[in-house]
Amino acid sequence: MEGIGINGFLAVGAVLFACGVICMATKRNGIGVLMGVELVLNGANVNFVAFSKYGPLGLDGQIVSLFVIVLAAAEAAVALAIALNFYNNHLTIDVDRANELQG
Amino acid sequence: MEMLLFTIFACAACGGALAVVLSQNVVRMAFYLVISLGSTAGLFFMLDADFVGATQLLIYVGGTVVLLIFGVMLTASGPFLTIKSSPGDMVQAILVGALFLGMVVVTVLQVDWEGNAVKLEGQYGASSLERPGYNQRGEGHTTRRIGAALLGARFDKDLGKQSGQLSTGYLLPFEVVSVHLLVVLIGAAYLARAKRRVRVPSGS
Repeated sequence: MEGIGINGFLAVGAVLFACGVICMATKRNGIGVLMGVELVLNGANVNFVAFSKYGPLGLDGQIVSLFVIVLAAAEAAVALAIALNFYNNHLTIDVDRANELQG
Repeated sequence: MEMLLFTIFACAACGGALAVVLSQNVVRMAFYLVISLGSTAGLFFMLDADFVGATQLLIYVGGTVVLLIFGVMLTASGPFLTIKSSPGDMVQAILVGALFLGMVVVTVLQVDWEGNAVKLEGQYGASSLERPGYNQRGEGHTTRRIGAALLGARFDKDLGKQSGQLSTGYLLPFEVVSVHLLVVLIGAAYLARAKRRVRVPSGS
């Protein structure tokens, strides 16, 4: 345990989270935005499991990370269905073109 | 050895995430996402979370990313494979993201985690992963304890405890997630069903 400690894992989680946020902000492809969301949730999972080992959280952190994984899968399924519907209606996947509700 | 493995997995996870951000081709982004998520599963194995790591590999890498790749294939038509955002947006987002990352890392490094852990152990008892009894840490078998916790019984906290109060299980969240998955299944099938194209825009 002398080598890594919790800080290394938290740093990895922070990098994953920041990359996911940048990915969500910059990608114009709808699927790319979904990949950013996956990265953000994954960074949060790394933090949960790291605290589960190094903190007093115990098994709770791992169980919460399992819930996060399942909910991420569900979210990806619904968002992908919406993206396919959008593509069928507009013949594009560019999120900047999704401006029909704009005032 | 542990340090070497951590370095490999951490570099692969962070590098994969950076490549997802910097790559412009959607198919390559999906491939880098597989690398990043798989290395994160390796990090989970290093953190004694074998069931979570296996679930990560099965559901994330095997399910979600394959779903995303199917989405890429169904929507990939020529120019949409590589939509570029404007360089100004990219610079702005990377600047904000780097500032956010710096803030988080500086904050995390300033916390005295070990001191906090000692204080919390004094208050609430040792971490349940380290408590002797049902299953020793280091064997890594968290599957049975996670299954029991999802059914509402917390062997990892309640075995050998002196007071009569039982710890909280996760039966209700488990059922909520089950119903949620059913709703998502129906909703996704409803949204993605094949139907007649409503209108074809003439401009594009």
